[in-house]
Amino acid sequence: MQPEGSMMIGVLALQGAFASHQQRLTELGALTRQVRTPRDLAGVDALVMPGGESTTMSRLLTTSELFDPLGERIAGGMPVFGTCAGMILLATEVLEGRPDQRSYGAIDITVQRNGYGRQLDSFETDLVVPELGPDATPFHGVFIRAPRVTRVGEGVEILAHHHGEPVLLRQGTVSVASFHPELAGDHRLHALFLNSFSNSITSSITTQSENL
Amino acid sequence: MPEQITGSFPVKRGLAEMLKGGVIMDVVTPEQAKIAEDAGAVAVMALERVPADIRRDGGVARMSDPDMIEGIKAAVSIPVMAKARIGHFVEAQILEALGVDFVDESEVLTPADETHHIDKFKFTVPFVCGATNIGEAMRRISEGAAMIRSKGEAGTGNVVEAVRHLRNILGDIRKIGQADSAELFEWAKANQAPLPLVQEIAETGKLPVPLFCAGGLATPADAALAMQLGAESVFVGSGIFKSDEPARRAAAIVEATTHFNDPQILAKVSRGLGAPMTGIGMDEINERYAERGW
Repeated sequence: MQPEGSMMIGVLALQGAFASHQQRLTELGALTRQVRTPRDLAGVDALVMPGGESTTMSRLLTTSELFDPLGERIAGGMPVFGTCAGMILLATEVLEGRPDQRSYGAIDITVQRNGYGRQLDSFETDLVVPELGPDATPFHGVFIRAPRVTRVGEGVEILAHHHGEPVLLRQGTVSVASFHPELAGDHRLHALFLNSFSNSITSSITTQSENL
Repeated sequence: MPEQITGSFPVKRGLAEMLKGGVIMDVVTPEQAKIAEDAGAVAVMALERVPADIRRDGGVARMSDPDMIEGIKAAVSIPVMAKARIGHFVEAQILEALGVDFVDESEVLTPADETHHIDKFKFTVPFVCGATNIGEAMRRISEGAAMIRSKGEAGTGNVVEAVRHLRNILGDIRKIGQADSAELFEWAKANQAPLPLVQEIAETGKLPVPLFCAGGLATPADAALAMQLGAESVFVGSGIFKSDEPARRAAAIVEATTHFNDPQILAKVSRGLGAPMTGIGMDEINERYAERGW
C-alpha cells in the first residue's frame, strides 16, 4: 500500500530509457511504477513517456491494448512528461514518421522525427531554462537522433530554446522535451514536472536537486 | 551560442540507452529491413549474409558492400548498424563515412587483427562489442565501446552460449560488488582491466554501458529468458529470417522482449509462429566465433 496522499508516478516501460527516468524520480522521493499494460496504468496519477524508438513504442501501445486507455487518461488531464520519442507520441503532427505511426495530439506542436539528423549529428549542449529560477545554472541537454519542433501552436509555452528553436515546451498538464533530462544526472526538470501537480514533493527539491 | 558537442561518450552511450528494452534484427536486404521495422525493431543490423549462412559458406567474412548498407539506410527510419571485422579500423572508418548509427566490431566476421581491437575513442560513431566474460567486457569498454553484448554463438539458433556468457558477466559483476577494496586490485589485474572501471562496477553494481544479449536467440521465449537473466535488449540474427514466418516471429519477439516478465503474454505471442530456424548443437560446429577476440 502506498502512503495516503502520496502520488504514484508511472513510467511507460514498453521500450527505451524508462529505467533512467524511474531512477531520477525515485531519487526525488517519488513512488514509481513501470507501465506496460492497462492494468499497470490504473492507479497511476501522472506518467513519464521516455525516449526510445517512437515507431516501436507506437506499435507496442497498440499490441498491449494501452493506446486508447492511455489516450483517455491524457484527455482527462493526467499530467504527462514526454522526452524525445515521448514528445513525438504526444504531438499533434509528426513529420517523417511511419504512415501507421500513432500519436495523441495532446500538445499542439509539429515535430520532425530525427529532425536533428542521424546518430553522427547527436550532441550535448547547455540549455538556459528560466523556469528553474533567475540564478539557476544551465541544464545539460543530451540530444540523441532528436526530434525537431517545427511549429508551435497557440497556448503552448516554450521553456527552453537551442539555437533559437524550441526544445522544452508545455501546454497545460503536458510537458515535452526533445532532449534527455534523464541522462544528465540532473533532477531539476523531473522536480519541475512533479511540482507542477503535487504538493508532496516540496519546492525545496527544485533548488537542492542540482547537487544530488 | 552554447557549444554543441558531438561524438562524446554520453552521446554515444545515449543511443545505446534508447535501444533498451528492444530488439535489433539482422537484415540482408531493404525488404527485410522494412519487415523488421514493421514488426517493431528498434534498429536493424545491415549485413550481406546472416551468421547461419556465413557458417555454412565458410571463407573470409568482411564488412558489407556500401551500396547494400545505403539501400537499407534508405529503406527505414530506425537506426542502422553494420559490422566491421575485429581490429579493422578502416572498415569502421568507411562505415562511419556511410553514416551508420552504430558499428558492431564483430567476431561473426573474420578477425583482421589477432592482438588489437579498434581504438573506438577515435570515432564519432558509437561501437558495440561482444564479450563472453567480465574481462572482455571491461577491456572493450576501456577501448571505448558504448554497448556490450554477449557473444553467444551466432548462426546456431541455440541460446546456450548466450546464456553462459550473460551468466558469466552478470555473475562476476555481483562478485565484484561483494569484493573488498583490496580484492578489486586483483579483479583489475586478472582481467587486464583498468582499476577505476573495476571500482566503478563495484560501486554501481553494473557496467557503465548497456549490456545486451546476442548469439543464437530464435524464439520469443529465448528473448524473454535473456531479459529475465538481466540483459537490457536483444539482438536476433539468423533466428528471424531463417524461420518459416519472419514477420510474425519478429513481431512476437518484440512483444516478448517488452513483456518478458509476463508468462500469460509470452504464451499468447508464442503461438502460431510456424517453425523456428532448425538450429545446431554446439558439438556439431567446427568453429566457435565466440573464441575470436582478445
